[in-house]
Amino acid sequence: MTTRIDQRFADLKREGRAALVTYTMAGDPDTRTSLEILKALPKAGADVIELGMPFTDPMADGPAIQAGGLRALNAGQTMIKTLGMVRAFRKGDSATPIVLMGYYNPIYIYGVMKFLADAKAAGVDGLIVVDLPPEEDEELCIPALKAGLNFIRLATPTTDDRRLPAVLANTSGFVYYVSITGITGSAAPDADKVHAAVTRIKRHTRLPVAVGFGVRTAKQARAIAQGAEGVAVGSALVNAVKDSLDRKGKATARTVKAVAVLVAELARGVRGAKHKSP
Amino acid sequence: MTVVQQPNSFRTGPDERGHFGIYGGRFVAETLMPLILELEKAYAEAKADPAFKKEMDGHLKNYVGRPSPLCLAERLTKHFGGAKIYFKREDLNHTGAHKVNNVLGQIMLARRMGKPRVIAETGAGMHGVATATMCAKFGLECIVFMGALDVARQQPNVLRMQALGAQVRPVESGAKTLKDAMNEALRDWVTNVSNTFYCIGTVAGPHPYPMMVRDFQCIIGEETRAQMQEAEGRLPDSLIACIGGGSNAMGLFHPFLDDRGVDIYGVEAAGHGLKKKHAASVAGGRPGVLHGNRTYLLMKDDGQIEEAHSISAGLDYPGIGPEHAWLADLGRVKFLSATDKEALAAFQLCSRLEGIIPALEPCHALARLGDIAPSKPADHLLVVNLSGRGDKDLDSVAKHLGDKGLGGKL
Ligand SMILES: Cc1ncc(COP(=O)(O)O)c(C=O)c1O
Repeated sequence: MTTRIDQRFADLKREGRAALVTYTMAGDPDTRTSLEILKALPKAGADVIELGMPFTDPMADGPAIQAGGLRALNAGQTMIKTLGMVRAFRKGDSATPIVLMGYYNPIYIYGVMKFLADAKAAGVDGLIVVDLPPEEDEELCIPALKAGLNFIRLATPTTDDRRLPAVLANTSGFVYYVSITGITGSAAPDADKVHAAVTRIKRHTRLPVAVGFGVRTAKQARAIAQGAEGVAVGSALVNAVKDSLDRKGKATARTVKAVAVLVAELARGVRGAKHKSP
Repeated sequence: MTVVQQPNSFRTGPDERGHFGIYGGRFVAETLMPLILELEKAYAEAKADPAFKKEMDGHLKNYVGRPSPLCLAERLTKHFGGAKIYFKREDLNHTGAHKVNNVLGQIMLARRMGKPRVIAETGAGMHGVATATMCAKFGLECIVFMGALDVARQQPNVLRMQALGAQVRPVESGAKTLKDAMNEALRDWVTNVSNTFYCIGTVAGPHPYPMMVRDFQCIIGEETRAQMQEAEGRLPDSLIACIGGGSNAMGLFHPFLDDRGVDIYGVEAAGHGLKKKHAASVAGGRPGVLHGNRTYLLMKDDGQIEEAHSISAGLDYPGIGPEHAWLADLGRVKFLSATDKEALAAFQLCSRLEGIIPALEPCHALARLGDIAPSKPADHLLVVNLSGRGDKDLDSVAKHLGDKGLGGKL
């Protein structure tokens, strides 16, 4: 079975460049503006979209994404609304892959089977659930694969060669390499170390590897893109939303544009990379 | 509650994946997973090593001051006019609470694993103080995460931690209480995983923590068995303890779980009342996943975690340890609750009648004595886990009592 994610990475491989993977928090600062941001991403140069499912207790996220999630929740975002955003997005875009990213509890409470059916029907392509390591595969990973959704796993600097096969076993779509031991929005990763790590992972899998956590600027994106099939940017985009808000925390005329401008800049970085396929 | 088949023994959990029935597990980020597996292995090795136990027993006796007494609460017994009430005096441990039993074990493990840096979350500050104490004793760096609200309401413990050389990091996110402190501790751990040991303060978190903390706390129940045997020549008839995450309760309960004749009560914090803001996750929650385990949690319809409320910082948490969740479903432990007001009244009663100023946490257990003790015969032996002393709470109790003040009429 080929998913939109597989297709997109295959297409980009033919083009000889890495994917720009952009993270945006669903419902930040409100559902309507967030949908406008979502729709603007592909035009601005995003190749894959990660859509954050807000959670009150995001224990692997730094201050930027924590705050984005709280803005969304305070504005009334729910899982139903998040799936509704994907459905609305799909009316105008049937090619850009969407990966829902977040924590397990809101999915568990929604009901795993119902969530998978509704997500698939809405046009979701994959899931990244931070607090579900391979040890808990029966919870969501295996049912998701059966439902035809990619389950994208995080590999980290602490995932050694002995553990990698277990982490990769049920991973599909792509592998998300967390470039630092830390939370989202931390210090920028060292490109050489990242390339070495990607090379290590590639010894274990034929899946594309995207690198994220800590990438902020076009320059960093370009450096990372030289040795990986994807570069993921999150906190910087969530901060762009924050910086565009008015004093009451409401969206302004600049909000969507602020994100689009940054994405376009990052896309130029990624596309300017001399991609040496790892 | 789900109906679950009764097991032959209540004391065999968890399974090798850390499950107590549907509860428990290892719901953590990949970055932490290798370390959690390493910890599980290190703990299994330590447990099998007689030298580890010997060293621990030595520190428990000579540094912590164990065994803690089991003392008859004579005037409270007379006051209620029913069951014979005993206190298990965990308040007399060095550092003033049961928390130190667990911290000693974990810090010894941190040393075995070669981790020079220790982090902890704390609510009431007792776990933070115990961790700061053991880190001082063994020469480890100590960083304690504490909600900013708790920093304000448990000032004496903040000062104690600082005096002991620990760094206290106030956490400003969320409701600024224990849940937020735990989030921040987990974030620190993810960031500093290679040199850091996370010393969790209760029977919660990813496997092996709920099991490991329980094992370290079981000394409470084991001593109680022996002491009651000596005092009365038999087992107690009922046990009662307050439940935050549930470590003092589990420590007392676990050695008695298979003695079916022993009634066991856990008391959650009902805050302003179960229909208002509270911290009673069994009474008002349902199974969900947070902080590495599946357990009863307070949450909204769409799976967002609710902020808890309790006057007691140590109980102000929207979850409970997974083994308690399992025991609640099985009905082996009966779950009750007590409000802020009831806990305050118990604080005063215990202080005036027994000459023991209890921490606000065990006051929740004391608060239910009025329902249980009077209807029991005089030979009914009831043990309350007096999990900590109340010096830390004097300021905040005085504030809550308002004009009447601490010295006012009961
Ligand atoms: C004296 C005392 N008792 C009880 C508790 C609650 O924790 P647990 O339920 O893990 O015993 C605390 C926590 O801070 C405490 O300080």
